[in-house]
Amino acid sequence: MSEKVLMKGNEAIAEAAIRCGCRHYFGYPITPQTEVAAYMAKRMPKIDGVFLQAESEIAAINMVIGVAATGKRVMTSSSSPGISLKAEGLSYLAGCDLPAFVVNVQRGGPGLGGIQPSQSDYFQATRGGGHGDYHMIVLAPDSVQEMATLTVKGFDLADKYRMTTMLLADGTMGQMMEPVSLDFDEPTVYDKPWAVTGTGCTREHNIVNSLFLKPEQLEVENVARYERYKLIEQNEPLWEEYMMEDADICIVAFGIAARVSKNAIAEARKKGIKVGLIRPITLWPFPKAPLAAAADKVKAFLSVELSMGQMIEDVELATRCKKPVYLCNRVGGMIISPAEVLAKIEAIAKGDEA
Amino acid sequence: MSIVFQRPHALTNAEFSYCPGCTHGIVTRLVAEVMDELGIEGRTIGVAPVGCSVTAYNFFNCDMVQAAHGRAPAVATGIKRSDPNNVVFTYQGDGDLASIGACETVHAAARGENITIIFINNAIYGMTGGQMAPTSLPGQVTQTSPYGRDVATQGYPVKVCEMLSQLDGATYLERVTVTDVKQVRNAKRAIKKAFQNQLDGKGFSLVEVLSTCPSNWGKTPVQSIEWLKENMIPYYPLGVYKDKGGEE
Repeated sequence: MSEKVLMKGNEAIAEAAIRCGCRHYFGYPITPQTEVAAYMAKRMPKIDGVFLQAESEIAAINMVIGVAATGKRVMTSSSSPGISLKAEGLSYLAGCDLPAFVVNVQRGGPGLGGIQPSQSDYFQATRGGGHGDYHMIVLAPDSVQEMATLTVKGFDLADKYRMTTMLLADGTMGQMMEPVSLDFDEPTVYDKPWAVTGTGCTREHNIVNSLFLKPEQLEVENVARYERYKLIEQNEPLWEEYMMEDADICIVAFGIAARVSKNAIAEARKKGIKVGLIRPITLWPFPKAPLAAAADKVKAFLSVELSMGQMIEDVELATRCKKPVYLCNRVGGMIISPAEVLAKIEAIAKGDEA
Repeated sequence: MSIVFQRPHALTNAEFSYCPGCTHGIVTRLVAEVMDELGIEGRTIGVAPVGCSVTAYNFFNCDMVQAAHGRAPAVATGIKRSDPNNVVFTYQGDGDLASIGACETVHAAARGENITIIFINNAIYGMTGGQMAPTSLPGQVTQTSPYGRDVATQGYPVKVCEMLSQLDGATYLERVTVTDVKQVRNAKRAIKKAFQNQLDGKGFSLVEVLSTCPSNWGKTPVQSIEWLKENMIPYYPLGVYKDKGGEE
């Protein structure tokens, strides 16, 4: 068994990134993710890596684009308002088919919002964030261990599919400390013949570009990208099923909301209510298959979210509204309690929820 | 017979998309000539902006990246930091560099980023059809300053070389033009120096080239050259604004 160390979630992201070969980090300070930058600032100079505090979130994501264009692993991290600023770059990364790893340790919004945990950037993340037809792969960790393992996974998926992977965490995940194992397999090395590394005057020049002025050509580019997305939707959905074997009520929750829900499930089961959980680990691609299957077995779904109800729309789509889908939520940086989730479960079980 | 003039190797066969009489074509060619003379094409990576030179990635034979509007210096920073042996340059217009990308420009200079920037200042937004630029002159008529740029409400032009010369991080700043053969040769000297500085690890070099935009200025190419000499040069004096690397 590998040795475990006690780490903050944000630091686990940084160390995992380094261990899977990331040597370039660009960021801008924002709460509650600053530990990622601080960790990188300490570590990168010692391992011949690059840590650069950019002048803005916009500059940081464009520096990421520069390194990604050269074919090397690169990342940035931020929190909600900063991710909005990076949205331009996220769209260009997609348009240029560049691999990148981006972390959003979410806080409450909109606007400057607050600095307490939130999951209200779900729409932004799962719908791409910037302009144009595109997706990012979105990973949602529910522990410090997953902050690390999904970081490693995220870099791999980004290289594999030439696109951005976003780790969508929240302030709780970023700030809490848990034991974590940092033993990972050697990363797969992907061939990147498209990278701008200098022609050496021995090959045609490579062009990293998202401009296609001829609509016929731009359409082809978009359609080809969505063919790749189809493969991802087939091959990459990840989820956890918890106590679903006999469940009458299926909670759907990710990240911190899933952990809170597990406590509520334990309490509900003591009271004889059969509740289970499907925890999406990939928010895009959304795990539609297990939800569609559950829709034939359970009586109701309960989407537990730290937002005004964003993922609930994907739950309704995945289940084709075959069964009622209820919402249990807190927002603005408030974290939902197991008691609040339990109360909702009991109301649904009694048939009080309309 | 010996060849005395030909297309630089660093230029592709692609036709320039610049309007007739526009001086972009001269400057694009000069950059390619410099790449040839320094023998750096194979390890050079260029960054194209948004603006009239947006398709510069088709013109240069070296590897190229097309950046978002104004972000070329940040993209160039990433490329350079990825492998400092790469020669990295951006080719940007005034709207791109001095307006939407002012922040990226200033901070790349402040960091002393070891890159080369070729800055085309033609006092107007060309690609979008002739709107007021951050470098449009006081009183200059454009599509978005139809009564002439009124400094009371539309402010003053940004003098990029003068502004950046205040930064300790900037190494070499020179303003040139390409209005005649002598000036073209001088511009080439400056561009070559800006690349040589990077090869020597001296840091941030920017060459501002005062250029014409006959299409959007509403003038013939010859009239445009005259207008540039009479109006732009007095406001944007030619010369070296900073040279930390010392005299040639």
